[in-house]
Amino acid sequence: MSDETRNRLAGVLGPAGPEVTCEVCFDELDHFVELELAGADAEAAVPGMTAHLEGCPACAEDHAALRALLEAGA
Amino acid sequence: MLSAAASVATVTVAQPTPAFPDPESETWVADLGLGTGPAYDAAVARLHDLLLRAARFELRRRGAHTDLDDLAFQAANDALVAILAKLPTYRGQSRFTTWAYKFALLEAAVKARRRAWRGREVPLDAEGWALVPARGNTPGTDAETAELLGAVSTAIATVLTSHQRAVLVAITLQDVPIDVLAERLGTTRGALYKTLHDARRKLRAQLALQGLEPLDSEGGSR
Repeated sequence: MSDETRNRLAGVLGPAGPEVTCEVCFDELDHFVELELAGADAEAAVPGMTAHLEGCPACAEDHAALRALLEAGA
Repeated sequence: MLSAAASVATVTVAQPTPAFPDPESETWVADLGLGTGPAYDAAVARLHDLLLRAARFELRRRGAHTDLDDLAFQAANDALVAILAKLPTYRGQSRFTTWAYKFALLEAAVKARRRAWRGREVPLDAEGWALVPARGNTPGTDAETAELLGAVSTAIATVLTSHQRAVLVAITLQDVPIDVLAERLGTTRGALYKTLHDARRKLRAQLALQGLEPLDSEGGSR
């Protein structure tokens, strides 16, 4: 299976495990990203966050944006 | 802004006791909590500057150039309103500035996505699910993959409601941003994600009934 097909299929079928909602994702995003950047186990603190970020392109963009901003020294 | 209506999660997050991670965060909350006066006005002005920088950062990161300053100001303004309204919900689990940044980034991202799709038709056609087998129907596609893609396509056509199918196809196959789709359909991002989540669950259940377990290992779709 090509990477493109695999990625498209993953997008269609979404994550297999339980996940948080978009609202919980936004509520916890700052906490989650600070833990990630500190090298802590962010998923343990916010269970279901990683699955949601795999399944929701918009929340994944928000996550990437906050990481990038903090990594840039904000 | 996001919806409170979605009930996708089977996961709950424990709410910690409010605390401040650093003195600066405590000062932000104290000053913004005044609601009036010079210290409040100064804090609001500093916060707006911070939100504007974050919005500009995100818009530049996305490659948005047209009307960047206008979009950034709108995003900072909307984020400021949201932050002042939600200040009591800040729990101190991150620095105050990190908490505040996410509002500006969200507003900037939503505005950028909507700007990119302005004037474009959002595809909500029932035939879009045909994209699934089309992507696998190439000379290099092995029989097992072709069978899996065919099963997914059939499941999309047969087990989903028309609304679930339209939402799934638009977001996952035609790459329509979820907040753009929410705006066009007059609903919320959270409500649409709930629809997408339910559709995905139906598809996975249907594939399991057929003994298909996609994406569990490279090349092993059965």
